Amino acid sequence: MELPPLVAMVGNPNAGKSALFNALTGARQKVGNYPGVTVERHSGRLALDDGRPVELVDLPGAYSLDPASPDERVTRDVVTGAQAGERLPDALLVVIDASNLDNHLRFAMQLIALGLPVVVALNMVDLAERDGLVLDPAVLERELGVPVVPTVAVRRRGIDTLRGQLTALVGDASTAAGLRRLRASDGKVDDDIVTLQRRARVIAAAATVSETPVRRWNHMLDSVALHPVLGPVLLVALLFVMFQAVFSWSEAPIGWIEGGFAAAEAWLKSVLPDGFLRSLLTDGVIAGVGAVVVFLPQILILFLFILVLEASGYMVRAAFLMDRVMAQVGLSGRAFIPLLSSFACAVPGIMATRTIEDEKDRLTTILIAPLMTCSARLPVYTIIIGAFIPARQVLPFVGLQGLVLFALYLLGIVGAFVAALLLRRTVTKGESSGFMMEMPKYQMPRLRDVALGLWSRTEIFLKRAGTTIALTTVVLWALLSFPQAPSGQKQVEYSIGGRIASGLEVIVRPIGFNHDIALALIPTMAAREIAVAAIGTAYAIDDTEDASGAKSLVDHLRGRWSLPTALAFLMWFVFAPQCISTIAVTRRETNGWRWPLFMIGYLFAAAYVMAGITYWLAVAAGL
Amino acid sequence: MGAIEWARLASPEARRLRELGFDEGVAIEVLHRSRLGSGPIACRIGRMTVALRRAVARAISVSPDPLPAE
Repeated sequence: MELPPLVAMVGNPNAGKSALFNALTGARQKVGNYPGVTVERHSGRLALDDGRPVELVDLPGAYSLDPASPDERVTRDVVTGAQAGERLPDALLVVIDASNLDNHLRFAMQLIALGLPVVVALNMVDLAERDGLVLDPAVLERELGVPVVPTVAVRRRGIDTLRGQLTALVGDASTAAGLRRLRASDGKVDDDIVTLQRRARVIAAAATVSETPVRRWNHMLDSVALHPVLGPVLLVALLFVMFQAVFSWSEAPIGWIEGGFAAAEAWLKSVLPDGFLRSLLTDGVIAGVGAVVVFLPQILILFLFILVLEASGYMVRAAFLMDRVMAQVGLSGRAFIPLLSSFACAVPGIMATRTIEDEKDRLTTILIAPLMTCSARLPVYTIIIGAFIPARQVLPFVGLQGLVLFALYLLGIVGAFVAALLLRRTVTKGESSGFMMEMPKYQMPRLRDVALGLWSRTEIFLKRAGTTIALTTVVLWALLSFPQAPSGQKQVEYSIGGRIASGLEVIVRPIGFNHDIALALIPTMAAREIAVAAIGTAYAIDDTEDASGAKSLVDHLRGRWSLPTALAFLMWFVFAPQCISTIAVTRRETNGWRWPLFMIGYLFAAAYVMAGITYWLAVAAGL
Repeated sequence: MGAIEWARLASPEARRLRELGFDEGVAIEVLHRSRLGSGPIACRIGRMTVALRRAVARAISVSPDPLPAE
């Protein structure tokens, strides 16, 4: 079957491309990857007025065709027909922000000069008008020589006209194909930015009917958000509310999920006879997957905050405020955004480093991102703290358990900063890169866009829980269940898994870890949250010999672990790089095994040393 | 804006600055400074707000313009 015509959406960052893409394609979109690079390919189907389908692809935002980051390289390569795995577009839909004509026109002119059929969407005209900027699209059309359609993507204004223009543009396939061949052969890019910029300014001035000085309300918001004193206070308050919400809002939904899995387990136990299959499904699959899916609400709440902060334009202000702190460890303010995302999960955090232009800056950020306390560590922290740290008030409103949790978060951040400082002086040595960033206008985040973002995260998370994590727990269950121990011997020690753990125990004994922990560390390589499930599975299998009945996991822990061991275990999880997905994404983002191996090495070394210090200090203190 | 000492800037910085529209003769206005000392500054260029580090900002010299901007 012949492929439908391809239309590529191109424009500056902050031109409102994604909103326009959502408005044009609705829910019919697909997120994939370009081969060889890790840039996400967002595409969707659009039906033209005459019913023909068109594939619309949303290219990463760029300032020019001279790429500064992997994202921008894809944009240039697609529009010049040089991108592997992508055909040359039949037409370009260039998106420009109406209130930022000077700048966006220059890139638009560069794109028009490529020779592909172009339609320009003059986006966010409502915001421009609210700013007191009145534009004449007819002047733009005449000067640029291509159709210009005023749009307001978020209110779906101008969408029909735009679709009409696209219909006309990809209507004559033969012309388009001819032009395509013509231009694909040369693919040269007009890169005299200064001249183009001056010309853009002249056109922008001609198209401007009237203009009032600058947007005052935006400036007013910034004078609070960027205030030398109020700004940081606001940022800390926002972060506090965010982390507070992660715990308090998630209680109820976590209860529902736990209830659901408990019901599923009870149902399986009632319909299946006791034996191999029942044990596999309840002790293996449900215990393992359930232990992980329970964290979906917390992850979604964290992502909700991050998506809203990004969509509103505040995130860049946070980067501005943090630049000085980040500069002290040799990073730029830009690194703040990926690092904040890493509190939810290091995987999207590491992917978000693509916006960092400087290679060494980006690499350092990737290497320290796993030190941010991701949501997968929460189950481990929560259960160990619950079992070993007494629920005592140390100060009014401050409980000891909460304080320990906070200290673990803080330790991750301090560890990351120390690591950045050391890395910047050794392996990623070099000039500190600058911090230069356009600060987009504040805007109300669109419910629909945030919901789409959350949905794609949920999908990724559940897919992972259903595949990697389910598989790992089943393998662990099998390793622990076979061979059957003869009476008088412990199943968890006699089984294959138990024997492997005994080997590992020799290495981790000096830092206070026992056989159970050694056992849990192996499957935990797949994902940190498995630690809880693994210990749970081990004790569950052990329990079946014990006719006295099932003890809770917390009781088991209290009975078998000493306090120094528990503290060392917590410390281990602050540093240890136990997450297959993070390692995989690091390999993809750094194009090879070198940096992920380095990351694994330095983090395991740090985990081992820090856990050891904690254990021996705690023993010496007589805990 | 009076002049930009392009030579003081690393080439990716200079290019980014050009892409953001910095050029001789363009009006800019400093809007916000972060904490006293060495934090970045935010300035207005055209209808856009751009954050810069001070080291970069030092390469840009401005001449006071008695007339209303642009």
